[in-house]
Amino acid sequence: MIVKILGSGCSKCNQLKENTEAALKEAGLEAEIVKVTDFKDIMAYGVMQTPALVIDEKVVSYGKVLKPQDIVKFLKG
Amino acid sequence: MIIFEFLNNQVLKMQWLSDLVRYLVVNVFGLDMSSRLGGSIHFFIYDVIKIFILLTVLIFTISYVQSYFPPERTKKILGRFNGIWGSILGALLGTITPFCSCSSIPLFIGFTSAGLPLGVTFSFLISSPLVDLASVILLASIFNWKIAIAYVVVGLVLAVTGGTIISKLKMEEYVESYVFSNKMQEVQEEELTRKDRIQFGKDQVRDIVKRVWKYILIGVGIGAAIHNWIPESVISAVLGQDKWYSVLVASLVGIPMYADIFGTLPIAEALVGKGVGLGTVLAFMMSVTALSLPSLIMLKQVVKMRLLVTFTGIVTIGIIIIGYVFNAFGYLFI
Repeated sequence: MIVKILGSGCSKCNQLKENTEAALKEAGLEAEIVKVTDFKDIMAYGVMQTPALVIDEKVVSYGKVLKPQDIVKFLKG
Repeated sequence: MIIFEFLNNQVLKMQWLSDLVRYLVVNVFGLDMSSRLGGSIHFFIYDVIKIFILLTVLIFTISYVQSYFPPERTKKILGRFNGIWGSILGALLGTITPFCSCSSIPLFIGFTSAGLPLGVTFSFLISSPLVDLASVILLASIFNWKIAIAYVVVGLVLAVTGGTIISKLKMEEYVESYVFSNKMQEVQEEELTRKDRIQFGKDQVRDIVKRVWKYILIGVGIGAAIHNWIPESVISAVLGQDKWYSVLVASLVGIPMYADIFGTLPIAEALVGKGVGLGTVLAFMMSVTALSLPSLIMLKQVVKMRLLVTFTGIVTIGIIIIGYVFNAFGYLFI
């Protein structure tokens, strides 16, 4: 599973990354976390509001910092 | 009318709070209100509390309203318009579409690659940080409604004019080409329930307060210092109404700075109290919010230098003009 965090480095994006790491731990899942900061790449996902969370190439959330519990729900699919 | 006055004085200006803090300062701290210490402590406590209360209530309510206007929807709406109507609509929607400044670039890319003309997207980009529903109400609270409405109108005019000029200059070639290569997926618009919207409102309040509380304290602190400690003569020398350069100074000083507009309001309040022209103060507020080094740096990633400079130049000149006009006609508003 590849989890991508889209965002150009503002504090919200870092918070989302931390929450994602916490969620993975809680769910007991392994995943590669990739931080996407280049706008060219962010734009390819059609996202207009950062931070955004992409799980296995599917955009599951954008514009908000999800709490770990919510991320767990997405991780478990 | 009496009801309006009451609402205005007690809810917006929070006269009751001012009286309460005055009681605190005089009877509990034992300070004289007319003394520097007493006056500035009153200013500080009253302004901080007032701003935080207004901030919380306003952001929650307005975010709730804004949850009906996500950028995706704005993009669809704007896609149907062109020319000056597009710019006008872009400027208006920029006011009510929520976004944090770090989203301005993805937003710009999203709009542009969807085919929205440059003029429309720039009108949106200019009005978004400049005219903010919450700060307009805060302006009404600190000054009065005439000024708040004037600020909105003037901000929108600047946004529309700026966008239109940029579109007339046909600067599309100065946008980085990757922005136009449309490889975007269409992200679905989320269906929000009432509960979602309330949660959004709460989250926005929490996020914004977390981001902004430092600026507010600093802003109120500076405001208090200006209010009670810095002599009028010093302020007058740099920013006085009669000084022709006051608007220029205010505008240029604000450009590289970024502070949240909420933080600039107490400074604005104190400056006007010291006789600084309304136009000078508005110019300062506008330049601090509309232009900032961090957002310009980010914009540079999607737009070539020439367009970036044009954009900055147009907005700066617009702000300076607005400053002078308001200084000249300020007496109509206060």
